[in-house]
Amino acid sequence: MSAQRTPAAYADPYLAGAGLGLVLLASFVLVGRGLGASGAFASTAAGAVAAVAPGSAADSPLFSHYLSDPGPWLEWLSFELIGVLIGGFLSAGLAGRLRIGIERPRQLAPSSRLAFAFGGGVLMAAGAVLARGCTSGQALTGGALLSVGGWLFLAVAFAAAYALAPLARRLWA
Amino acid sequence: MSAPLITEGGSLISSLLAALALGVGFGFALERGGLGNARKLIGQFYGRDLSVLKVMFSALLVAMLGVFWLGRFGLLEVSALYVPHTYLWPQLVGGGLFGAGLILAGLCPGTACVAAASGRIDGLFVLLGILIGMLGVGLLLRRFVAFFESSAHGAWTLPELLGLPYGVVVAGVVVMALAAFAGAEWVERRAR
Repeated sequence: MSAQRTPAAYADPYLAGAGLGLVLLASFVLVGRGLGASGAFASTAAGAVAAVAPGSAADSPLFSHYLSDPGPWLEWLSFELIGVLIGGFLSAGLAGRLRIGIERPRQLAPSSRLAFAFGGGVLMAAGAVLARGCTSGQALTGGALLSVGGWLFLAVAFAAAYALAPLARRLWA
Repeated sequence: MSAPLITEGGSLISSLLAALALGVGFGFALERGGLGNARKLIGQFYGRDLSVLKVMFSALLVAMLGVFWLGRFGLLEVSALYVPHTYLWPQLVGGGLFGAGLILAGLCPGTACVAAASGRIDGLFVLLGILIGMLGVGLLLRRFVAFFESSAHGAWTLPELLGLPYGVVVAGVVVMALAAFAGAEWVERRAR
């Protein structure tokens, strides 16, 4: 069965990176903007809040941004992120790397790994809102366009992760 | 004909179809490079596996050089590209929070999508955390709006900041990235 296949080795990182760079370049050439990720979550949250409490959505400096035409459910980044899910699934499937499981070191309980994953996600959302983007929209896209804020975000996010890595060693040993 | 090809006034459907197709390429490349795997990704911060740096900077170099040279040959109108805006203090604090979240989660928003799509439950929990975080931050942000909107510089680029020509900064980034690649290879060799 295909699920029992030995997973193929990952591609050379420089090659995968060059491929990613060509996709980013294609995005600039086709639509004049780069790639992103966190904005899709912001627009989805904006759409959900607007459906339940339109006043709160309109009052939020974050959500109000997504309410203008064509609306939070037709956000460009959301369609791009659906593509990311499809692309990731296809690549993992072709390489025999589709597997239901939890990526964690052996001594860390699955529930702990999931709790840290969730908490890390909450922190990254807060960071991405303040920074107006994440590793994709600021660091990669902003970086390639030589944006000051993109390079600042890239440097500070990496520095913070490196600075906290010794404290989080137990999570990844 | 000069790029960008699908402009602001163009059809919404063609723009969203382009988003979907570009996303497939984005997700495929991330998974190929192993960045949908939290343990591999986080190896960056323990000097075990510097794939994050290598994937990220080679992508950045290819896109940066592509934009620069297409612009030089008149095939791409560089001034028409959307440059993410700079907000110095919010991005400084946001970068710190993001880095802290990254070392706990082991995945960033884009790579968490790839992890979830390849069956990893931890990736799914990162996505849930981001969505709940967006809901909470979006509802609380009104209280911090002065900070959120502070130190706004619009589309501000390194050539403008440094007072150097575009091509010189591009060359500088290439040299820096090549040095980072050499450093990454050295760190990995030492870890083995």
